[in-house]
Amino acid sequence: MTLSTLMTRHVQSLFGALGRLARAPLATALTLLVIGIALALPAALALLVRNAESATGGFGRAVDMSVYLKSGISLARAHQLAVEARAEPGVAAVHVISADEGLSQFRRYSGFGAALDALKSNPLPNVLRIVPQPRASGAAALEGLRSTFARWPEVDMVQLDAQWVLRFNAMLAVVRRLVLIAAALFGAGVLAVIGNTIRLEILNRRDEIEVTKLVGGSNAFVRRPFLYTGVLYGLGGALLAWLVLEGTVLALHAPVMRLATLYGSGFELTGLAGRELGGLFCGGMALGWLGAWISAHRHLRDIEPRA
Amino acid sequence: MILLERVSKRYPNGREALTNVSFFVDRGELVFLTGRSGAGKSTLLKLIALLERPSRGTVTVNGRSTGTLKARHIPAFRRHIGVVFQDHKLLADRPVFDNVGLPLVVAGAPLAEIDKRVRAALDQVGLLGKERSLPMELSVGEQQRVGIARAIVGKPPLIVADEPTGNLDPDLALEVMRLFKRFSEVGVTVLVATHDLHLVREFGSRELNLASGQLTGGTPDPLPSLVASR
Repeated sequence: MTLSTLMTRHVQSLFGALGRLARAPLATALTLLVIGIALALPAALALLVRNAESATGGFGRAVDMSVYLKSGISLARAHQLAVEARAEPGVAAVHVISADEGLSQFRRYSGFGAALDALKSNPLPNVLRIVPQPRASGAAALEGLRSTFARWPEVDMVQLDAQWVLRFNAMLAVVRRLVLIAAALFGAGVLAVIGNTIRLEILNRRDEIEVTKLVGGSNAFVRRPFLYTGVLYGLGGALLAWLVLEGTVLALHAPVMRLATLYGSGFELTGLAGRELGGLFCGGMALGWLGAWISAHRHLRDIEPRA
Repeated sequence: MILLERVSKRYPNGREALTNVSFFVDRGELVFLTGRSGAGKSTLLKLIALLERPSRGTVTVNGRSTGTLKARHIPAFRRHIGVVFQDHKLLADRPVFDNVGLPLVVAGAPLAEIDKRVRAALDQVGLLGKERSLPMELSVGEQQRVGIARAIVGKPPLIVADEPTGNLDPDLALEVMRLFKRFSEVGVTVLVATHDLHLVREFGSRELNLASGQLTGGTPDPLPSLVASR
């Protein structure tokens, strides 16, 4: 068989499969809907994780650490200490917040302006704001850094606001694992749906398969249109899943924007893109192919011509 | 072309359909297989077309022993045999053209060649112009001839037919048999199972008669000399 003939056969199988799907629009639509929803659920979870990560803007900045110096330490000394702090391993940047700056910030944000005016002197100490390197932002590394600074004689206390970040991180890890579990479960579901659909089609076309084998059709030849049918189901399901997700993102866009604005964030919900989209479509088609192959392998073997 | 050596076939239910059958059919021969229904004619044809394997003995077709052929070589084996069935085994939802072209499609022939050879085969059975008809729109005799066209379209060296004239009126039956005779004249081996003894006598070809699964009488078997000369 020449290459062009083989290509012709594949194109024929593809169009044959498309034609058969189009001839039973309702059954095809229902099957596609089931596959589409099954693919959309894990994809939606993955989308949730990705958006949650981008909403919190990564964790490098969130795990800043405030080192409060003792009240007698001068601003000049604070700047010296900042240079020393910068030399500590795991530290990305150090900013000095002078007592005066701290007071004006407090005045601006706390609403206690009038009460502060009653004070004769600034009660706030100079503060070093430490930005850890991203690789040192794990729970253990942060704790190590905290105790290092706490041992300095000039330091009054170290405040680490990392707890919520670590918790959030852990939550995302749970959801990420859930994505994997959901993908595996729903993937198995898609395999079963496609496998069963192909099985029914094989039984429906039993006579045709028998005659084809009778005149010398190989198993590969008989199997090919069913594999194309499976791939088309997977592709159609992925397309549907994508549309479902785009619709969901569109519907959530405005309320999420309002929420983000209230938190003073410019965050915007985004849909599947690039590699994720490729993964959804390739995954859908691969599942379709595999489901069809397993079913065809099992059931075509049983159909042998009887004269 | 066909060589059976002490072939027996016992079905799983215990019925022995063939017992110790040996014969040889040479290239280009037209041989009739006769006998009552239930005598084992269909079983014999199934063994040759590799729809069944022998329980004992060996069946050699076109130089290949069917008993040891691996499953993946069966499709290629079947492409070298044109089989005509009593019940046609046509695909009801496909036009005549697709039915006849199926053996070429599975063999991977180019489209232009399929087109040419399907028309040639339909021409030979007198059905040119019916390409787009569905089998149901044809008479029983026409359907039978579509089945024959499908068997010959791939130009197989061997044609095996099970009661190909069973549903035909005498004139049509005679016409179909003449068709087989013509094939054998151009070097195709033809084995026809039939219970129509009048027809067989008319052609004067070799006859293999089966009774209760065993070969009886018929034309003397040329097996020994031909085996010796092989």
